[in-house]
Amino acid sequence: MILLWLVLIPLLGGVAAWTAAQRRPLAARWIALAAIALDFGLALLIWIGHAGRVGLASQGGWLVEFDHAWLPAFGIRFHLALDGLSLLMVLLTCFLGVMAVLASWTEIQDRVGFFHFNLLWILSGILAVFLAVDLFLFYFAWELMLVPMYFLIAIWGHEHRVYAAIKFFLFTQLSGLLMLVAILALYVVHHEVTGVYTFEYGALLHTPMPDGTAMLIMLGFFVAFAVKLPMFPLHTWLPDAHTEAPTAGSVILAGLLLKTGAYGLIRFVIPLFPHAAMSFSPIAMTLGAIGILYGAVLAFGQTDLKRLVAYTSVSHLGFVLLGIFSWNGLALQGAVLTMICHGISTGALFIIAGALQERMHTRAIDRMGGLWATVPRLSGAALFFALASLGLPGLGDFVGEFLVLLGTYQVSIALAAVAVVGILGATFYALRLVQRVFHGPNPHGWSLADLAPRELVMMGLMMASLVWLGLYPRPVIETFAPAMTHLEEVVMPVVPPEGRP
Amino acid sequence: MTTGDLIALLPLVLVGLTAVTVMLSIAVRRRHGLAAGVAAGGLAAAFASLWPAAAYVPRQITPLVVVDPFGLFFIGLIVAATFAVVILSHGYLARQAEPPEELYVLLPTAALGAAAIVVSSHFISFFLGLEVLSVALYGLIAYLTTRERSIEAGFKYLVLAASSAAVMLFGLALIYARLGTMEFGRMTALLTTRADFYDPLLLGGLVLVLTGLGFKLAVVPFHMWTPDVYEGAPAPVAAFVATVSKGAVLGLMVRYFRESPAGGGPVFLVFTIVAVASMFAGNLLALLQNNVKRILGYSSIAHLGYILVAFQAGGAMGAQAVTFYLVAYFVTMLGAFGVVSVMSDGTRDADRLDDYRGLFWQRPLLAGVFTAMLLSLAGIPLTAGFLGKFYIVAAGASSGTWGLLMVLVVTSTIGLFYYLRIVVALYATGRAGAPDAARPRAVPAGSGLVLAALTVLLIWLGVYPVALLAAIKTIFVGLI
Repeated sequence: MILLWLVLIPLLGGVAAWTAAQRRPLAARWIALAAIALDFGLALLIWIGHAGRVGLASQGGWLVEFDHAWLPAFGIRFHLALDGLSLLMVLLTCFLGVMAVLASWTEIQDRVGFFHFNLLWILSGILAVFLAVDLFLFYFAWELMLVPMYFLIAIWGHEHRVYAAIKFFLFTQLSGLLMLVAILALYVVHHEVTGVYTFEYGALLHTPMPDGTAMLIMLGFFVAFAVKLPMFPLHTWLPDAHTEAPTAGSVILAGLLLKTGAYGLIRFVIPLFPHAAMSFSPIAMTLGAIGILYGAVLAFGQTDLKRLVAYTSVSHLGFVLLGIFSWNGLALQGAVLTMICHGISTGALFIIAGALQERMHTRAIDRMGGLWATVPRLSGAALFFALASLGLPGLGDFVGEFLVLLGTYQVSIALAAVAVVGILGATFYALRLVQRVFHGPNPHGWSLADLAPRELVMMGLMMASLVWLGLYPRPVIETFAPAMTHLEEVVMPVVPPEGRP
Repeated sequence: MTTGDLIALLPLVLVGLTAVTVMLSIAVRRRHGLAAGVAAGGLAAAFASLWPAAAYVPRQITPLVVVDPFGLFFIGLIVAATFAVVILSHGYLARQAEPPEELYVLLPTAALGAAAIVVSSHFISFFLGLEVLSVALYGLIAYLTTRERSIEAGFKYLVLAASSAAVMLFGLALIYARLGTMEFGRMTALLTTRADFYDPLLLGGLVLVLTGLGFKLAVVPFHMWTPDVYEGAPAPVAAFVATVSKGAVLGLMVRYFRESPAGGGPVFLVFTIVAVASMFAGNLLALLQNNVKRILGYSSIAHLGYILVAFQAGGAMGAQAVTFYLVAYFVTMLGAFGVVSVMSDGTRDADRLDDYRGLFWQRPLLAGVFTAMLLSLAGIPLTAGFLGKFYIVAAGASSGTWGLLMVLVVTSTIGLFYYLRIVVALYATGRAGAPDAARPRAVPAGSGLVLAALTVLLIWLGVYPVALLAAIKTIFVGLI
């Protein structure tokens, strides 16, 4: 039941916020904050309740389950389930959800009710994506989060918002439909073998099928997730969407939507099609490595602050892709940690960019400079998160990317070397960002308000979590490790060790 | 003819009686509300009579008509859609200068023709139903005699429908000449057993019949009339053309082409080509439009293409997918044109994108309904269109028609673009935020209720349509 509530609370909260905003806009903000904070609380309760027991996975490896008949005619069930991996993703979703609501506190001034309605519905869709283990339900949630996101960008975005929103929608919808065809192909293949029509994840694992079929179906899934991830060369929607979205939208896009792609790869692509995924892994890993370099190089050349941060996402998610397709313990741990840390650090950078835009009404780096003198706290926070992004040891991102590199090294030394160059690139763009925006003279004579207490709290929380993840990531790793072991066991018997890359 | 036969035919009889009663009531007293009320009441009675009729089916009544659960399901769909159109027309015509009452004679008449098509089992009854439908539609489409577009659309439909009917009649004659039967059941049986499928006379006849059917379905290359007629016809009538007249023909096709295996024979090759062409042409041409009614017209062409994909898949799943999608399509199209009707006034229909600019901020509920309908057309979850599309892809996947599915995926993504254009307009902010002052402010109560009901149906069909799925499953059991 608790899982159902996790999904329902934001849905109901969204409707409540919309209704309340008719009279008092401020009420909508508080309702939204309360709803998502309540969700966060529930997720924390699950985490604490299972602390130390996550290893003792029950049948199927799920910690909590909610299973209910939905459309029996198709064998569709409303099946939510949670293991360590989804638990962490749920926690991240709620955490960034709180940040997104707080970040829009003063930025969004018109149509407040509808804004928070959309915001909470996106979060609900994302939570359902992380929890669904019925493939139909998964696809349902996957598509459902698009529409409110589209509205968020198209209504509250910046100058080219409509263009960016439509591009985002078309990319994800096309790839989503390919995934739908792939899901149904799997469904039909499973029926041919077993005579049972089902979308149940557990049942579809180990569906025997010819290699060619498996490869085609796997590609259908892969494309959908790779677009979301985004993998080079399917990333072109990302810079536009991230740049044009309002701050909350950018935070959710970078922090959460991209993670649904990575999550899909870990949860579905490799366990469902181990053989096909393994024979495809050299290509995926190469594209991941290209993405790391490409994102870093393009980030370096940007003049728009949000666009710069957007391209760093392409680079960081390249690490995730590399780690996932290396498919060994270290690389996977690194990939999941990178997902979490990237969510927090990039989310924070977008919040800073949003705060600057709110104060300066520009995102052009050329028009900034020397801001440290006028907004020291904001600048300090920006420096902190820029350093996190470049992978400074002691902060979360470093641990994640380091583990990915270690894991990749075992598989392919060449790609690991390329990825290291990517980290070097990160140093350039992160330092250039700090240098150009905050250091040096202040030629435009900016005099701005520094971070408000609300913003300080947000920054403080995000910094603390990154430091925690950087210095003592064990609780987090221990939470998802059993789930990953379980997934590896699913793949292991199928693929003999020598067949694995 | 026994009592049982009569009870089984009761829905048809009541729809026919409705038309007559409305006509008589107009003769006694000419009042808009009365005529609409009688029409709505008669249709409601016809709908209610489905349950007594269901107790007496299936049965063959004379060689002409077969009434079975499948036929009753489609009659129910047609009657319910006509009911919705009647209510929408009442609100719409109250703003027009024309005397409104005769529309309520024509609508049940057209519905009678449509219902006759789905239960016909013989060339004669089919052709009679088709002509009753078409003749009523000429009047309906050209109803607003003060508008040039309406007259033009009526004439266009008249000329094309009459010629396509002639073509089809000739095709039926050719088939009869070769097979010696006018009964559909025996015809399909002979077709599946005979080896000389490529017999020129037979093949020619089939192609001519398909031309006639294709015209009614408005699939490419028989679609030329669609955008003009949708643009010119009064908005509620356009809804009727988009739903009832297509649904009836499709019902007949599902009944008789259902058993033929996918990819079997030249007829199915024709269907494949038509489906692909419809999906591409409908979606691509809609991109070029700025007129909302024309966009919906092209979109309906594309949707018929999607339906043909499931049709191609064949088998039980394909037929069920067609039926489910059709229900979803009915609800969605009625809702979309319903919003257009509500927004229209006495001078012109609300068919410009600008009419909808910023509507959400003025009238959130109405814009919300329109958004729901557009998202359903685009196949986004929580709406009927999503499950419908899912069903079609499932049917296609189970029969392995991957090529068609890929076309569906690509074209429906193209389609998304023009639906989003309307949605963008609905939610546009800032410049020209206030809609044209000439747009009517109040939603008529009846139309509002119909739109609300359609929206609830849309979401119910998209989320938990267990009852409908079960019903669709049963109507295919023991299909004659």
